[in-house]
Parts: sequence; structure tokens; C-alpha cells
Amino acid sequence: MENLIALLVAAPLIGAAVLLCGGRRLDRAGHWLGTLLAAASFVIGVVLFSDMLGRSADDRSLHQHLFSWVPVEGFRADIAFQLDQLSMTFVLLITGVGTLIHLYSIGYMEHDERRRRFFGYLNLFLAAMLILVLADNYLLLYLGWEGVGLASYLLIGFWQHKPSAATAAKKAFLVNRVGDMGLSIAIMLMFTTFGTFAFGPVFAATGDASEGKLTAIGLMLLLAACGKSAQVPLQSWLGDAMEGPTPVSALIHAATMVTAGVYLITRSSAVFNAAPDAQLVVVVVGAVTLLFGAIVGCAKDDIKKALAGSTMSQIGYMILAAGLGPIGYVFAIMHLVTHGFFKAGLFLGAGSVMHGMNDEVDMRKYGGLRTYMPVTFVTFGLGYLAIIGFPGLSGFFSKDKIIEAAFAKGGTEGWILGAVTLLGAGITAFYMTRVMLMTFFGEKRWQPDAKGDAPHPHESPRSMTIPMIVLAVGSVFAGGFFSLGDRFLHWLEPVTGHDHGDAPLSAGVITGATMVVLVIGVAVAWLMYGRASVPVAPPRGSLLTRAARRDLLQDDFNHVVLVRGGEHLTRSLVYMDHTLVDGVVNGTAASFGGLSGRLRKLQNGYARTYAVSMFGGTAVLIAATLLMRAV
Amino acid sequence: MSFPLLTATAVLPAVGAIATAAVPAARRTAAKWLALLFSLATLALAVLVLVRFEPGGARYQLTESHAWIADFGVRYELGVDGIGVALLALTALLIPFVILAGWHDADPLEDARPNRRWRPTQGFFALILMVEAMVILSFEATDVFLFYILFEAMLIPMYFLIGGFGDRAHAGGDEAAATQRSYAAVKFLLYNLVGGLIMLAAVIGLYVVAGTFSLSEIVAARADGSLSMATGTERWLFLGFFFAFAVKAPLWPLHTWLPNAMGEATAPVAVLITAVVDKVGTFAMLRFCLGLFPEASTWATPAILVLALISIVYGALLAVGQRDIKRLIAYASISHFGFIIMGIFAMTSQGQSGATLYMVNHGISTAALMLVAGFLISRRGSRLIADYGGVQKVAPVLAGTFLIGGLATLSLPGLSPFVSEFLVLVGTFSRYPVVGVIATVGIVLAALYVLVLYQRTMTGPVKDAVRTMPDLRIRELVVVTPLIALLLFLGVYPKPLTEIVNPAVEHTMSDVQKTDPKPEVEAAP
Amino acid sequence: MNPVNYLYLASLLFTIGAAGVLIRRNAIVVFMCIELMLNACNLAFVTFARMHGNLDGQIIAFFTMVVAAAEVVVGLAIIVSLFRSRHSASVDDASLMKL
Repeated sequence: MENLIALLVAAPLIGAAVLLCGGRRLDRAGHWLGTLLAAASFVIGVVLFSDMLGRSADDRSLHQHLFSWVPVEGFRADIAFQLDQLSMTFVLLITGVGTLIHLYSIGYMEHDERRRRFFGYLNLFLAAMLILVLADNYLLLYLGWEGVGLASYLLIGFWQHKPSAATAAKKAFLVNRVGDMGLSIAIMLMFTTFGTFAFGPVFAATGDASEGKLTAIGLMLLLAACGKSAQVPLQSWLGDAMEGPTPVSALIHAATMVTAGVYLITRSSAVFNAAPDAQLVVVVVGAVTLLFGAIVGCAKDDIKKALAGSTMSQIGYMILAAGLGPIGYVFAIMHLVTHGFFKAGLFLGAGSVMHGMNDEVDMRKYGGLRTYMPVTFVTFGLGYLAIIGFPGLSGFFSKDKIIEAAFAKGGTEGWILGAVTLLGAGITAFYMTRVMLMTFFGEKRWQPDAKGDAPHPHESPRSMTIPMIVLAVGSVFAGGFFSLGDRFLHWLEPVTGHDHGDAPLSAGVITGATMVVLVIGVAVAWLMYGRASVPVAPPRGSLLTRAARRDLLQDDFNHVVLVRGGEHLTRSLVYMDHTLVDGVVNGTAASFGGLSGRLRKLQNGYARTYAVSMFGGTAVLIAATLLMRAV
Repeated sequence: MSFPLLTATAVLPAVGAIATAAVPAARRTAAKWLALLFSLATLALAVLVLVRFEPGGARYQLTESHAWIADFGVRYELGVDGIGVALLALTALLIPFVILAGWHDADPLEDARPNRRWRPTQGFFALILMVEAMVILSFEATDVFLFYILFEAMLIPMYFLIGGFGDRAHAGGDEAAATQRSYAAVKFLLYNLVGGLIMLAAVIGLYVVAGTFSLSEIVAARADGSLSMATGTERWLFLGFFFAFAVKAPLWPLHTWLPNAMGEATAPVAVLITAVVDKVGTFAMLRFCLGLFPEASTWATPAILVLALISIVYGALLAVGQRDIKRLIAYASISHFGFIIMGIFAMTSQGQSGATLYMVNHGISTAALMLVAGFLISRRGSRLIADYGGVQKVAPVLAGTFLIGGLATLSLPGLSPFVSEFLVLVGTFSRYPVVGVIATVGIVLAALYVLVLYQRTMTGPVKDAVRTMPDLRIRELVVVTPLIALLLFLGVYPKPLTEIVNPAVEHTMSDVQKTDPKPEVEAAP
Repeated sequence: MNPVNYLYLASLLFTIGAAGVLIRRNAIVVFMCIELMLNACNLAFVTFARMHGNLDGQIIAFFTMVVAAAEVVVGLAIIVSLFRSRHSASVDDASLMKL
């Protein structure tokens, strides 16, 4: 059975290779080939899953060793896969949502002449993401980690002719590289501390290592997670990444790749459990990002950027939960999975809306779309209810658990974290209601596009609506299904461990409080955007709104400090290289040149001058000889 | 006596050079094919060397030894260890691609006067083969004096390649191109000559102290204690050798000849400089500096590491600031050479294995990037980044291969440079954590200069000047595809290479009497 | 007679010859002055041979004569060909061998 694991990765990898090297011949069938291979990977995943369910909880981990990757004295890295419950969860999420999004893209990218290449990139992404979650050591994980970064780069910049897309792609890759730097330093630290960086031996040995080293490893892993999962302070790329085609935003920048940071922290639970200081930083990062993303999400008028802010905020929840330690790991992953469903669904819905509205992204130019796009409206609405945590839907179960876990952390810390997560839930309700109201309700504020064509909103083709429906079903039922009898908890517990903590408040009280903030959030949004009419031109807004529209000035900071500063640095270095380093050498050469130029004047070509110098030289020699003898 | 295989690998290209040079002026194409044929035959011989080489066997294999200048104890001694074999194979592999990529670079201009003796094409390819012969022999030489002669002699054909066959894409017209070109060639020659002369003094000094030029004899005598050097003498001799290699490698602040030389030379010659000839410098550091002067090497390590670190960061920052595609790649190479030197002097198995792999991988990745850049430049006739834009739309295959070359340059996992770069970083980190951490900044900067280059040239709206740009031709694809395949293969499965290199590195480590630092916690296997 | 007087004569002849080489421009005269210097040397050699009582100096004098004869052959040929091409025997006219 374990031999199937490699096949899981191989299917999309072959797809990528064939589609990218195949040339124009494959233009007509390429998208189907890509979708088919993604589906094949999903089927293999399901087979492995059913096999895994058939075995007892302790015996579920599978291992496949392919070959030794980098064998060097004292250094061993293998191409080897490990499939346990945690990886399995991700495999199903990645291949499942991935297949749906492949299907959706067939319709969405129908008019793009480079559709084949798009599917090649998507397959490449799937393969890299699967390597990331299946790796049995950190170096192979790193390969997947950068692989998804590359796929993300290629897909964000898919419409390269738009300078904004090319810039956004570059920015995403660069910011991620800063995170990757953290991952590579973490691996180096592991190597010097443990002599290995394979999961099993490292986790077994964490008990013997010094806490300082473990804290350093934890912080470096967190840096990596911040880059990939768009957490403060490396969050700035995610908003710009929305330049990519919408299916990409749904798959990579909502459901799967951006959650890799949560996976990394959960996977490294043994390290973090032994390094409380690192855990504290993780929690703080999660809490800050949670509020940061939510605030940004409230101010954006671009539907995709609003959703991107929301993604950031929801991943903040997950990171926070993962930082809580054994109390939170399971819930972090559970929220990750339900979020994968509803956020992918929301993005696909947004894509469907854009598809019908001449690719307009400004929500101020939507309004009243619910009758024109009924399927989109219903699926989007269900996703909306799920994300705000409407009782009974997915988000309710998973987010509520995280809020409870935050309180259960205990002490002042627990109260603060609990309050932050509650506040976040309220803001989530507000901005999502805002998106919903501005898009589907109110009067029509449609504007003709740049070419002067008035939009004719229409429902999207079936290949697009089916994935939306499937994801909506997931958004509705997944949470309940997982929570029934704590199924998800028992499933993941053998890998991550679990601890109930001691909540200062009963679960009922916390749920009640969540409901109260939820209602407040929805009510405020309705007062502002439902009852009052929405102006097409954005109002000036308060200072906070204006700052939030600019991503809380993060980009401006980056621009002034990093971009400008960097430009000045490189320019002055180029100047220095030319004048100083090269100048010293050229100066030496020039001074020799000048000296020889002066000496050259002695050679005037007259034989008698040379003769004089000869006689003079002889005279000097003789004089010197005589003088020597005299002395 | 067995067949002198190593001599044959060097003699074959040399014969090829003479044969190519002798082809009559009118038969240009024949000369090209002849050169290609000889380079392929050399490649076949190199493969034979690879096959005959036993990774676990004696340190130097396929040895040959003949008396040469008996009065001074100079012998014609050849032998290869794992490091030499790897670089020999790299050289033999790259030359056919260099020749194929430069197929039209030395064609006489159409308005040139017909002259029976005017044979630039023949000269170009003959010089390339001459460089190949000398570089290959220098990887094989185990006699210090023989190595020195080759180290210096290869400057002569390189000088003519840089000065005589410049890049035709020049902003300032033919006049400025000629001035710049001769400046670059003279600069190249002078820098390397100064380094070489200082090395000559050290070579003579070594002979005075040791009484022989034979590398293996000196190393053996040092190991068993029968040859001891005064600390001061050893350090001076070490510095003499190291200076020459640091110029060739090149190490900051001796690097400024490289951007000029690579910028003015044609793309294939630029590849020859950075991927082949410069490797002799780093190779010699491993073989001669560490082998002959272990104690002085340890003594100089901190200073060299700092210089290497400066090279890494400085080269990358300067690459970001360049406006000329080829100069950008040159500065990127300076950054990479910093990594190689850092790996060598980290004095760990991982660092030195990584450095050796790095030499091979950097050769392949730079060749891929530089040759595609050369194809791009030859289409538009400009080396300035600002003259391009939107090429991706008109020539997707060219853009794709350019991107892969760039990704290899920024060491993306899955492509071979990643393996070596990571080994170098890990090896350095385990002994000098701070240096290792600072060096990782280099990987962020690498992403910056590669992606900025790609974005400015390949993406965005299509510029008018590139609208009619043709995509890669068959000949160009033949050059690029194998290089990319090799990058991918060695990125996923570098084992064949590491198997050859590992034993050699163990020998070097025992030369300098170092062992790897032990991990803090011994994890259960 | 005191042999030292011959040495005085030799140095006088040599000085005259040297002054001629340096001062005169006519190549033929310069040439004759060189011969004068050579012969001054010969005189000194012969004198020394006499003073030291062996034949070494005389032998060297013969060598010098042979070399001088060969030099005359080459030198005169150069002067003649120079005169043919430039119609002048001035040494200052042949000053092209400078940078």
C-alpha cells in the first residue's frame, strides 16, 4: 500500500511535465489531462484513506523510502514519504479541492490562449504541495515548500503582460524567500543540534536538546510559517497576490498553500511543546494577524482583496491555535480544513461574479446580483454563513473550538487571547456581511467597463457551478461531521496529541458570547451597508479606514525602508565598485603609465643621446668601482 | 605501460585546435564541425575517465609520471582524484555547448574584405579548444610546476578570445566596443598575470623548502612529519598561492576584472571564463592551498571567510544594481564564488563536498543562463535590460528556459545548485553559525536579482523592438535542453556526483587534520 | 722609454675618439672615431702586454682587429644604404627608432 504514496505525487508531476513540455499539440486536450491527473491523485488519496481507516490508530503511519537524495559524509537527506493522519488530512484536502478547482478552471480560463500552461502550473502546484505534506524530513519539505512558492509565483504572474501581476508575483516570491531563509536556518540548526533533520529522530530527541536551541529552531520555523502563511510581519504579499486568476486565489491563496505554515507548526509540535517561549511568539503573531487581517478586510472595496484579508485573519486563528500547544493543534487543523471548504467556495463565488461582471472587482460597482446569479448567490451565501460561524455550519464548530481553546490556555494570557479571538469573530461577521450586502443586495451600481461595455450578469457555466456547489456542501456539513463524537479529534490525536486544558468559562457561555458578537457584527454591517445606500465612489473614511485600505501602511513602510533604501544602497555600491575598488587598480595602472610617459621622453631617437648615456653610464661604473676599491 | 588516458584527454583538444586552425579560410563551416567533433571526442574520453575511475580506490588514479626537466626535479605527473574527475567531466561537457552556442559568433562581418589569410572563425574555435586542453590538463596535473605553467598559459588563448571576439551588441558602436573590449582583455590579463607571478615566487619558494615539485610527495612528507616548514614561511607561501587563486576565482576585492571580461566577451566566451577557467582557481584552493599548507590554511580561515561573505553579499547587491544583462550575471557569479570559497574554508565535509558540487552545478547553471541570455542579446542587439520587455509573449520557449536558468541561479530546490548551496551553508553553519546565517541573506538577494531581471526583460507589455523576435531555433534548443535536463537530474539525484566527490573530500579533510563538529544531541538513527 | 707614456697616448686617442662620436653628425666621421677608440684600446692592450711580460694583451689586440674589420664591413654597408635612401649621412636624420 505504501508504494501508492509516490504515485500520489507522480500523477500531477507527470501532468505538469507533459503539459509544459508538450507544446501546442496539447492545447485542445491539455486541460482535461490536467484535471484527470488531479482527480487520479484524489482517487489514490481516497484509496489510501480507506486503507488507513482499516488499521488501528497506532498503526496508521505509512512510510515509503524512494532513494537517498544527498548522501554526504555525516549528512543524509532522503527522498522518502511519510503518510500519517495529519498528512492524510492534507492530502485529501489538497487533491479534493484541487480537483474541484481544476474543473472550475476549465470554464473560467476558457478564453485564455495559454490555458494549457495554466493547467501545467496547477499540476505543478499540486505535486509540490503534496511533497510538502508527505515529506518525512525537513529538507524534502523544503523542496515542496519552495516548489509551491514557485507555482504560486508562476500563477500569480500568469497574466504577465500586466505589470501589476508581474510585480505581485515577484513580491510574493521575495517575501516568501525571507521566510524560506528561516526554514533553511532552522534546518541547519537541527543539523548541528541533532545531526539529522528527519522528522522521527528529531522529534524523538527534542527532550535532550537545550531549550535555547529549541526556541531558536521554533522561531525560525515560525519565520518560515509567517512567510508562507502571510502572517505579520511578512503578510504584505497576499493582498497583491490577488492579481492572479481567481481559481489560483481559491486554491493556493486560500485553501492550501497559505495554510502550509500551520502544517509546519503542527508537524513540529514536538519542538514547539519543548520551547514555550517560541510558542508564546507564535500565539502573539497569530493574534496580531487575526486582527490585522480582519481590519484590512473591512476596508477593502476589491472583493478578492477583502477575502484575502479574511484569509489572513482566519489563518491567524489557526496559527494562534497551533501556538496554544496540545490544546489547540487539532482545532487548528480542523479549522484549516473547514476554512479550505468555505474560503475556496467564497473565492470561486467571487470569480463567478467577476466572470459575469466583465472582470470588475470593485464591490461598489456590484449590487443586487442575487437574482441574476442564483447558484452563485446561494453557494456564496452558505460559505458566508459558514465563515461567520452561523450555528450548525462548519465555521461554527471549528472557530468556536479555537475560541474555547484560547480561553483554556489559562491565566491572564488566556483571557487576553480569548478576548482577541472573540473580537475577531465579531469583525469577521462585520466584513463578511459587508461583502455579502455590497455584492448581492441593494441597488444595482453597475458601471460600464473600460471598453464601454455594460455588464450583463449571468450565471456561470456548469463546470464552474458544480465545484461551487460541492464546496458549499462541504462548508455546511464538514464541521458538524467532524465534531460529531469528536471524530476529528480522535483521528488526529495520535499524531498531534491533545490536552483539554482548563477553561475558566463553560463551553456554553463561550458559545453564547460568540453569538452575541456575531449578531453585533452583522447588525452594524447591516446598518452601514444594508439600510444605507452604498456610494459608488468610496467615501474618504476615517483615518483607520484609510490606513486599512493601504494595508495598514505596511507597503508604504516597505517601500520607504526596503525598496528606496535598497535602491540607494545598490546604487552607491555600484558607484563604489567603479570608483573605489576599480579605482585603486586603475590608479596604480595610471601612475605607472604616467611614469613611463615621462621616462619615454629620454628616448629621442638621436644616436648621440644614447651614446652620451652609454658613456655616462660607463663613467659612473668606473667611478663606482674605483670608489669601492678606495674604501 | 597502460594507455595514457589522462594525457589523451588533453592532447585530443590540442590536436583539434591545431587542426581547426589549419582549415582554409573559405571552409569556415568545416572548421566549426571539426571543432565540434573534437570536443565531442574529448567528451567521450572524459566519460571513459569517469568510468575507469573507482570512487573508493586510491587517492590519485590513472596516474602518469615521466621525467621532464630533471635538473629542477620537474616531472610530468598526472593523476585525478574525485574533485579533479568531476571538474574534468564538467569542462569536457560544457565545451561542445560553448562551441555550438558560439556557432555564428565569429563569422566575419559581411563587409569585411575578402582576404585569403583572414580566418577569424577558425581562430575562435581553435582558441576555445586550446583553452579546453589547458584547463583539462591543469585539473590533472599533480606536479606543482606543471600546474603553474598551465595556470599561466591558459591566459594567452583567453586573452585573444576576450580581446579579439567581442560582443557585437554594444551601445556605443563599433569604435567604443573595440576600446572597451581591449580594456577588458588587458585588465583580465594583467590581473591574472600579477596573481600568477606572485604564485611563481611561491612555487620557487616551495621548491627551495621542499626540494621537489611533486604534490603527492610533499603532502605525504607533510603528513608523516618528515617535512616541516617554519610557521612564517608556510604562511607566506600559502598567501602567494592563495592570492593567485583568489584573483582567478575571483574573490572580493580582486573581482573587478570579471564583470568587464564577461560583459565584453561573447556569451560563449563568458561561459568559458566563469564556468570553466575560473573553476581552476577554486579547484586549486582545494588541492594546493589545503594540501600543501594545512596549518596556514587554518590560520587564514577567518579572514578568508570574511572576504567570502563580503563577496556573497556584495556580489548579489551589485547584481541588483546592474543595467547590463551580462554584467548582472557576472556579479551573480562573484556571489556564487563567494559561496564556493566559503564552503572550502569552512573545513567540514559538508562544506567541501558542497563546494565541489557547487563548482559543477554553477558551471551548468551559469552556462544555461548565460547562453540563453546570449541568444536573447543576439536577437535584439543590446545588452541593456531596459531595451527588453514582454519577451515572454513573443518567445515563450526562450523566456521559459531563461527562467529555469534564473531559478537555478537562485538555487531553487529541485534544481542542482540548491543541493550544493545548502551543503555549503550547512557545512559553514556547523562550524561558524554567524557566518552561515549572514550567508543565507545571499539566497534572498539572489531571488531579487534574478526575478527583477526576469520581470524587466520578459514580462510586461511587449516593446516594439522585440515584437518580431523569433523563438529559440533548433541549434539553440540543442544547446539549452541538455543543460536544463542535467540541472533537473542532478537536483533530484546528485548521488553519482557525491559518490565520486566524497572520498576525495575525506582525503582533503585528513590533509588539514579536521573532523566535523559533533551534533549537540546524538539522535537515534 | 717609460711604457706609461703609451698609456697616456692611448687614453688621449680614446678621448678624442669618444668626443668625436658624441659631437660629430657625419656618420663616416663617427665611424672613424669609433675606429680611433678601438685602436686606442689596442694600443693599451699591447702596452699592458709589454708591461706584464706576457702575450695575452697582444692576442686580444688581434681579436679586436678582426672584430673591428667585421664591424667596418657591416657598418659601412649600413651607412651606404642609409645614404642611398636619404641622400645624407647625418646620424640625426635616422631618428625613427623612438616611440
